[in-house]
Amino acid sequence: MTLGTWLALCIAVILAAEAVRVLRHRGLRQDRWRRFFRQRTTSWGLGMLLFLVIIAVAAPLVAPFDPSKQLDIVHLKNHAPSWTFLLGTDVFSRDVWSRLVFGARVSLGIGALGALVAVSLGTLVGAVAGYYQRWIDAVLMRGVDVGLALPRIFVLLMAVALWDGLPFPALVIVIGLTSWFGTSRLVRAEVLALRQRDFVAAARALGANTGRVIFRHVLPNAAAPIIVSAALSVGNVLLLEASLSFLGIGIKPPDASWGNMIADGAPSIYTALWSTLFPGLAISLVVMSLNAVADGVRDALDPHEEPA
Amino acid sequence: MTAATWLLRRLVASVGIIFAVVTFVFLLIHLAPGKPCTFGEQADPVVCKQLIQQFGLDQPILEQYWRYLVAWAHGNLGYSFSLHRPVLDAIAETLPFTLQLAGAALVIDFLLGLGLGIYQAARVNRLPDVVLSNVTLFIYSLPTFWLALLLLLVFGEKLGWFPVGGPNDVIFCPSVNSFYCVLDRLWHLVLPAATLGLVGAAGTARFQRAAMLEVAAQDYVRTARAKGLPERRVVLRHQLRNALLSFITRFGLAFPFLLTGAVLTETIYAWPGMGRLAFEAILTRDYPLVTATALIASTVVVAGNLLADILLGLADPRLRVRAGADIDVVTA
Repeated sequence: MTLGTWLALCIAVILAAEAVRVLRHRGLRQDRWRRFFRQRTTSWGLGMLLFLVIIAVAAPLVAPFDPSKQLDIVHLKNHAPSWTFLLGTDVFSRDVWSRLVFGARVSLGIGALGALVAVSLGTLVGAVAGYYQRWIDAVLMRGVDVGLALPRIFVLLMAVALWDGLPFPALVIVIGLTSWFGTSRLVRAEVLALRQRDFVAAARALGANTGRVIFRHVLPNAAAPIIVSAALSVGNVLLLEASLSFLGIGIKPPDASWGNMIADGAPSIYTALWSTLFPGLAISLVVMSLNAVADGVRDALDPHEEPA
Repeated sequence: MTAATWLLRRLVASVGIIFAVVTFVFLLIHLAPGKPCTFGEQADPVVCKQLIQQFGLDQPILEQYWRYLVAWAHGNLGYSFSLHRPVLDAIAETLPFTLQLAGAALVIDFLLGLGLGIYQAARVNRLPDVVLSNVTLFIYSLPTFWLALLLLLVFGEKLGWFPVGGPNDVIFCPSVNSFYCVLDRLWHLVLPAATLGLVGAAGTARFQRAAMLEVAAQDYVRTARAKGLPERRVVLRHQLRNALLSFITRFGLAFPFLLTGAVLTETIYAWPGMGRLAFEAILTRDYPLVTATALIASTVVVAGNLLADILLGLADPRLRVRAGADIDVVTA
């Protein structure tokens, strides 16, 4: 670690902390934001996520070494954490901290994009099924039943293992396509309840077309469960990607993802714990932060619920 | 609609779902590039061609599908290319291991999870609750395979309390045929089951805590307190019994999680279960074995949901009244 990378790291921490502080401060004035920040874990989670996003974006500044460069396979293999190698080096003498930082791009990217695909598709299907009802609803929901009964890990394993070396965008789409079933049920239930409400009838009476009614009137009122489910899906997708990469069929080496870092480190876990420990901690930190933020969103957007 | 027609309808729908899943998996694996024989050690082109003809893999996919269905109707699940034995045998051999693992994990999951959730709800927002909330949030967020590696490192390698893998002691207990060997199996089961069980229990605890708190705000709980019932009775009889309703739903959803976890956990702990079998079958493009494991997996998931719905109907008299409306199990 050089002075420059320490400096960049400090700036990232300060930026994240400051952003959370500003949001909290602003939040004091608005009821909704105050509820969002009511639990301390939400602030920590949000700060953590912001920090990770910042270092993922600014990866070249924060990482002292090239993530896939084998520095010195003879002398620096499985080097313990030190001031030069903050989190040690792995079995191929690559710097774990640099790989972690660049891996954040891949892992967070897959998590966010995969969840985006899943939640958009789930919302669309759920809204259409709930709004049109009748046979469209029946057909779509039977499809969702089948999707929920599909052993998802099998389908993913098949898709990823059989189409060998799936590129990043395809991986995102495949994961997204197998993760939307739960969301669509959730959204459908919301839409079924909302479409009976007077404001929907009013919008229709004013001559709004179906698309407008669904997207401008119904869905915004179903925002709470959609946002919560989006936050949770990011975590789920991230865990899925990690599992696939751990089994050796997700992100292909030498590119770093947190899952394949664990896979690389696992054989030498007895002698070089750090190369397995830190990527796993990173995954759990992200998932934990997302869960905490989801709790906050639930508190903020659902005023009916008693504070827990 | 009576309970019998409801059940019949659900059963028919369940069979339909399983059928659709199997069809989907069949098509997916047959459409994927690569034939069973295009890689692996025995890639002799002559043998390969013979094999492909023998199993009819050169025929149109619809014809293969039809033949496959006919074979299934006769109770024949096919013959595994990679293991050189009937698929049914391979599954019969590995399924008990997965059931033992999943069963033990479920016990840990529910006992620990329910206990913690009830305990936390009774002490809401006090120190033990806050500490446990953070701990369960952390464990719930762990990747199972990573937890498996760490447990193996700490309890298997460093402390040496538990064996580092495999289902039994190969020297003293090659098969489970004595009381000692049952204990040996349980001893080998501890780490894999704890891996799956702990992550599940953390989720169950969070879920149960929320369910208990939701019920705690209800009028009948206040009435129970106002009647002067002892706190223990209010919590266990009035709160818990009602909070268990949503727990039943969770029970039905535990199966997909266990199946997913089983693939990874079995791989790490060298547990010869169905998850590992399925994974290896996919890697070797063993079509009949993959479709058969998908059949078992989807049956387990669908049966779990159905069982949860039936239990929910038995437990909640309000649902029996309006059994006409499908009980929607909302999944997150």
